[in-house]
Amino acid sequence: MSYSDKVLDHYNKPRNIGSLDRSDPSVGTGIVGAPECGDVMKLQIKIDENNRIVDAKFKTFGCGSAIASSSLATEWVKGKTLDEAMAIKNTDIVRELALPPVKIHCSVLAEDAIRAAIADIQKKQNGDNGDGQASAAPTITKASAAACPQQ
Amino acid sequence: MKPLIYLDNNATTPLDPRVLEAMMPYFREKFGNAASRNHRFGWEAEQAVENAREQAAAVIGASGKEIIWTSGATESNNIAVKGTAHMYGEKGRHIITQVTEHKAVIDPCKYLEQQGFEITFLKVDKLGRINLDELKAAMRDDTILVSIMFANNEFGTIQPIAEIGAMCKERGVLFHTDATQAFGKVPIDVEAMGIDMLSASGHKIHGPKGVGMFYVRRKKPRVRCEAVIHGGGHERGMRSGTLNVPGIVGFGAAAEIAHREIDREAQRLAKLRDRLWNGISEEVDDIYRNGDPEHALPGTLNVSFAYVEGESLMMGFNNIAVSSGSACTSASLEPSYVLKALGVGEELAHSSIRFSLGRFNTAAEIEQTVAQVTETTNKLRAMSPLAEMAAEGIDLKSVSWASH
Repeated sequence: MSYSDKVLDHYNKPRNIGSLDRSDPSVGTGIVGAPECGDVMKLQIKIDENNRIVDAKFKTFGCGSAIASSSLATEWVKGKTLDEAMAIKNTDIVRELALPPVKIHCSVLAEDAIRAAIADIQKKQNGDNGDGQASAAPTITKASAAACPQQ
Repeated sequence: MKPLIYLDNNATTPLDPRVLEAMMPYFREKFGNAASRNHRFGWEAEQAVENAREQAAAVIGASGKEIIWTSGATESNNIAVKGTAHMYGEKGRHIITQVTEHKAVIDPCKYLEQQGFEITFLKVDKLGRINLDELKAAMRDDTILVSIMFANNEFGTIQPIAEIGAMCKERGVLFHTDATQAFGKVPIDVEAMGIDMLSASGHKIHGPKGVGMFYVRRKKPRVRCEAVIHGGGHERGMRSGTLNVPGIVGFGAAAEIAHREIDREAQRLAKLRDRLWNGISEEVDDIYRNGDPEHALPGTLNVSFAYVEGESLMMGFNNIAVSSGSACTSASLEPSYVLKALGVGEELAHSSIRFSLGRFNTAAEIEQTVAQVTETTNKLRAMSPLAEMAAEGIDLKSVSWASH
């Protein structure tokens, strides 16, 4: 199985690797997946006062397609509002990266990661994490069924 | 473009030019069928085949008369398991094997289970070795076969073969060993080790693909296997079909070369392998060597790189050929069952790389590999949420991941 040029590009020159401050009230963090599935993605977004995403960072444990999917996701969410980011579908990722069928689940996990980050930010806005303290251990969001190939 | 480095010799090996040279006449002017008894073409081919039998037998301390030619070790394993079961099925219906065998042994065993045979799959310890007491306890009056591989293809651990052979002799149970990875690499003596049947493969010893060998003991006891392939009764009735003469000549030549250079080559490979392990572990933390470092094939090194996934590692070694136990690299998306049997944790099974060295690997290639592996691992760790969590002091085992 050889990789598409776009996947290789994201692997060799990944965009937006890194971390934002989890305790920052304008930062949403989504961590999805599980090591036993061979895929864990952390995707973080930072929003401005208009709920527009101004920065995004990711870290991924997974194959080249998983890395590319999450890298692409951070590229795409930048500049979008939360609602616009929610509209990103895994099939868009599959098309953009020319993922083969066996790697589709990587794109699903990336979509899950975006949604988890958005959900986290919305939770903060609703006052659940009002004190701005990061939790001691990261909250792992249950990935959707399609994201784990061993279902 | 960077030069290509091949470190996947346990998957297959490049053909030794000396082997190709030995084979060529049998593709050209010496094209006879070894079973043609009435003319020179046949006699020439038969002579070459008999010569190869002796070359192969010498590697394991057997007689040429005890060698059967097959299409490969998979076929040899099929004859060993199914052929023995059908031949001795009236005597007993119990077979003992172990969980890290190659599918070429496991699948025939599962097939026999459907036919009413009982199979015991012995577990292995975390170094990959079976427990001799468990083997002893598993043997019953109706046990007809024990099949334990000589050395494991994924992590290189060598089983206590002589002890297993002695135990089987004592109980009167036939002992087969799949020696695909060990043949020509470590010393094998079927007499001293009490081996009754043995499988080997041409393309693992710098010989051609499509040919294998099956050793079947003729004395004390005389072993017979029912044929899996019928049609003419070739190879003492155990394997019909026109012999692959050029392939067999190649196998013999490859076997002779391997046997001649076995000690020197084992030392050379062990040194290269140790340099690879030491080189990487000096530069990179949180890596684990899988398998038994003491009882191991000289050229195999299986390493788990914590916090980074196997396929992404291989993408980074883009000019080095290796293989991985990661699910992403298998068609079934399941991580290596062999590594799981060692008790390697799930996430470490996805993070494992197998380096398997061979005759044509050099010290310079190993140095390049050390550098490439170090660079790629560090780059991926910088991208890894697991590395980040570990650095924060979070115990990854305590995290409740989304369970499925």
